[in-house]
Amino acid sequence: MCTLEKRGNLFILTLTGDSDDDHRLNPALLATILSSLREAKSQATRGAVLITTSQGKFFSNGFDLGWPESAKRLHQMVQSFQPIVAELISLPMPTIAVVQGHAAAAGFALALCHDYVLMRSDKGVLYMSEVDLGLPLPEYFGVLFRAKVGSVSARRDVLLGGMKIRGAEAVRLGIVDGVHEGEEEVKEAGMRLGEELGNRKWDGGVYGEMRKGLYPELCGVLGLEVGKPVLPTL
Amino acid sequence: EKRGDFFVLTLTGDEHRLSPAAIADVLSSLREAKSQATRGSVLITTSQGRFFSNGLDLGWARSAGSRSEAAERLNHMVDSFRPIVAELISLPMPTVAVVQGHAAAAGFVLALCHDYVFMRSDRGVLYMSEVDLGIPLPDYFTVLFRAKIGSVSARRDALLRGTKIRGADAARLGIVDGVKGSEEELKDAGIRLAEQLAARKWDGEIYKVIRQSLYPELCGVLGLGVSKPVLSKL
Repeated sequence: MCTLEKRGNLFILTLTGDSDDDHRLNPALLATILSSLREAKSQATRGAVLITTSQGKFFSNGFDLGWPESAKRLHQMVQSFQPIVAELISLPMPTIAVVQGHAAAAGFALALCHDYVLMRSDKGVLYMSEVDLGLPLPEYFGVLFRAKVGSVSARRDVLLGGMKIRGAEAVRLGIVDGVHEGEEEVKEAGMRLGEELGNRKWDGGVYGEMRKGLYPELCGVLGLEVGKPVLPTL
Repeated sequence: EKRGDFFVLTLTGDEHRLSPAAIADVLSSLREAKSQATRGSVLITTSQGRFFSNGLDLGWARSAGSRSEAAERLNHMVDSFRPIVAELISLPMPTVAVVQGHAAAAGFVLALCHDYVFMRSDRGVLYMSEVDLGIPLPDYFTVLFRAKIGSVSARRDALLRGTKIRGADAARLGIVDGVKGSEEELKDAGIRLAEQLAARKWDGEIYKVIRQSLYPELCGVLGLGVSKPVLSKL
């Protein structure tokens, strides 16, 4: 499932399970992630930071396709994941994804929703499996990728090429911000970055609005209002 | 001032802050340059000393009676600065910013409004201070950043992280077109580029229309209508 813990200023959202668990985003997990994000938002103060990570071999392998095969079930999960993307894009605090294992499909999208993405150099790939599985991309996934991945050829390689991207390559393509060798190391790096960002003590309301302003098309497709007036602290 | 083909706009005053008076001065200077434009005209904008510009005059805003009056003063400057961005985006001549010192907030924005930006490698930073100051970004600031800075992570670092960007990094991130190691060399580089651009003897109206077509979203948010077709001299 998932847990939300607070360590000082840091909210740590962990997808839990044993080392082989592929943290499939089934309806129950999606609901728990959403409520955890809302919980973090409600407790946000200056200097708060969200770190999302997982345990073991997988960050997340995407939607739970093992459900009785039905387009309706997949559609439901696509619908339920959308508010998670919306929460992350409007969260009133910086967000870091610590991708300690494989991130595929919706799992890759989940990581990309964060302001900063760290992954391992020694293990794990980022992979948009949809083209290989013959599954269409939800509209907001395409918009998310175009908003967050600047390189035209990287987008093509990821979405159209179904490329499995390892850490070093992900940095080179500008998809992640840094790589570290080992699960411990990447998690520590995430914590250090979290502390560094937390020490800036940013006003979360201003931060969240600024972030939305960077991704107006994504906000549009998610139904998020951009440009809400925030009173500056002069 | 006019030097041959060049219009040289030099910012003066304390930290070259964009106070209401300074904003009015800059605006009327730009309109003056526009009215005197001929083929081969070029605008060079620069400053003197430690700062290119440290942004809007927050001191003036803060000296208002209350927090809401301070916000009103800030909004007033934000609204007055908007036509400067509009004038620069529609100026019928190439524009070069020679950033010889720190450029922060609206000062950074002012530099970015130009077609070409040079800065020093040894001195000065580009810095969007708003996130640190807890001041929301005007819509046209964010649109300008998205129009002028191609790298997704550079935009995030500049706006969401408030990174103080030095010359070498600014060049690497594609934010500036060149860096030089001294004020002399920097100003020479600006003038050399201006000479090369002037020698092309471009039709200013055509130049303006082509520039605007590069930044349609920015033109939209500035209320710059779609230009009527200009009869080209074939």
